[in-house]
Amino acid sequence: MSEVKELDQHEILQKVDPAPWKEVPLVLNNRSYKWVTDKICGIVEAKTPQWWWWCFITAMCIASFTGMGLVYLVSTGVGVWGNNNPVNWGWAIVNFVFWIGIGHAGTLISAILCLLKQKWRTSINRGSEAMTVFAVMCAGIFPLFHVGRVWFAWWLFPIPNANAIWPQFRSPLEWDVFAVSTYFTVSVLFWYMGMIPDLAVLRDRATETWRKYFYGFFAMGWRNANNHWRNFEMAYLLLAGLSTPLVLSVHTIVSFDFAVANLPGWHTTIFPPYFVAGAIFSGFGMVLTLLLPLRAVYGLHDLITQKHIDNMCMITLATGSMVGYAYSMEFFIAWYGANSYEGFAFINRAFGNYWWSYWIMVSCNVICPQLFWFKKIRENTPLVWIISIFVNVGMWFERFVIANTTLSRDFLPSSWGYYSPTVVDIFTFFGTFGFFSVLFLLFLRFLPLMPMCEVKSVMPQANPHADH
Amino acid sequence: MSDTFDIKYAAAATFSSAKALFDAAGKVKDAGYSNWECFSPIPVHGLDAQMGYARSKVPRFTLVGGVTGFFTGMLIVWFMNEFDYPLIVGGKPFFSPIYPFPVFYELTILFAAFGTLFGMFFLNRLPRHNHPIFEHPDFGRTGDDAYMIAIEVEDPNFDDEETVEFLKSIGGESVQIVREPID
Repeated sequence: MSEVKELDQHEILQKVDPAPWKEVPLVLNNRSYKWVTDKICGIVEAKTPQWWWWCFITAMCIASFTGMGLVYLVSTGVGVWGNNNPVNWGWAIVNFVFWIGIGHAGTLISAILCLLKQKWRTSINRGSEAMTVFAVMCAGIFPLFHVGRVWFAWWLFPIPNANAIWPQFRSPLEWDVFAVSTYFTVSVLFWYMGMIPDLAVLRDRATETWRKYFYGFFAMGWRNANNHWRNFEMAYLLLAGLSTPLVLSVHTIVSFDFAVANLPGWHTTIFPPYFVAGAIFSGFGMVLTLLLPLRAVYGLHDLITQKHIDNMCMITLATGSMVGYAYSMEFFIAWYGANSYEGFAFINRAFGNYWWSYWIMVSCNVICPQLFWFKKIRENTPLVWIISIFVNVGMWFERFVIANTTLSRDFLPSSWGYYSPTVVDIFTFFGTFGFFSVLFLLFLRFLPLMPMCEVKSVMPQANPHADH
Repeated sequence: MSDTFDIKYAAAATFSSAKALFDAAGKVKDAGYSNWECFSPIPVHGLDAQMGYARSKVPRFTLVGGVTGFFTGMLIVWFMNEFDYPLIVGGKPFFSPIYPFPVFYELTILFAAFGTLFGMFFLNRLPRHNHPIFEHPDFGRTGDDAYMIAIEVEDPNFDDEETVEFLKSIGGESVQIVREPID
């Protein structure tokens, strides 16, 4: 029976003349392994370029705004921020959710796309993971300092303190402490472990003593042995498997900060998936914002190809549309649920006191990414970069809309108010972009920008059954 | 001291492609060697089976880490909110496996990730910042574009001349004895 079937298939195949499958190579121009090694290591080994110093100095200046903002806050009190009744959650929560959301694309690329065997992820993986780690560091600043007396922030962790009272585990804010600190730790572990073989390559190429010690120490004595690779690959797969539920849970728990509260506009079950989709959307926006200039500056066109840009644009388009769907579904449920407070919250969102922020959000997050349907636009790299900036702006406004429209229009009109940030708010947030850039520039200077072993693994030379 | 001694560590040969390494590894295994290792810039697909390696044991460490994390989470919530200092909050129970589930969940992942990383280090016997194979002049290239097989002196079938000849016969280039210097 099976023989007959095989024969049939064979005949059919001969008749239909299947179309040739044209697979676009992930590394263009038939590059050799040596080229990849020299290219990636060269970024770190070459003399520090002048543009790097200019960027670094600018980033440091911008970062000092956060420094000044925080020093003023700690020395004066949390009242220097615009938070007040009824909007007790102002920019601090908005900035926190914004930065942590950006981190999510890095984990999506390193973990979820790894499990889905998306080979194109290899060249953008390391940079995005670095982005994750630094974005979570920026995010952490805001909840840390909004507690007011920052020197007591360690009370959030289950460590015995002088009052003998423990953290209160019924609060979603306490779950957030666990989610975010776990997310940061696991992201660092994953990032570092993936880097070990590349650090060993840099160690073996090093000529200066400090490099030998620095890379030698962190490479942990890795020696490219197959026994090492075997355990490494398994550990990598497991960390990808662990990071996947982790990244989905982190933004779910962040959304619980809102959704567990009994407030119209927040108390909805759509929040977890809607927040996760939004996080991935904003993160891909940031990946594009960061990688497109790097591609141009370092001449990485053979490694980050048009196919990579296409794929990233399409994920941005898909997640942007999901977010758009969530916006409309929220409205539908507010109407369908027939709760007058919920209905008011949403009409107020679109046409109330913060109408302008709502429409900035919709145009940046829902309308703007629709341009990625067109190949012409995806191939216009400067335009893709500009759209990616709009995505970042739009996602910041999304969190602003969620936090502020609900709080500023309370149940009782007597307690209504209008929130505006103070200059300290603005300084502190503006500075985090500098802080992020400082960290990212240091990463570019000292650590391998792309996982060389993974990029090489998806090149044709990696096939042990074919001659090359 | 100008006198240096050294210990013979292994006979090593380089190969130019993943296919050459893969084919040679099969021959080394068939020749009955047991203490030998392949070095490559990438994890070569299928080489584990070719070398006769079993499945990696890292998942055991992950499992132990994950189970430990889950129960650690339960323990801290129970101890802190029910046993040591019960606080009434919103009329909710002091301890329940439901409401603090995010805490158990996150700690499961955290401990499992640490188990995975440290398990990988333990099974690879890392950190080990020095190793005799680093003395091979071509070792640095195994992270770039070269492949290498090293048959250790400790292997019962090892013989200075025969093993070198064998490595040459399976297509090895720049075959040499790697020595570990001792000052």
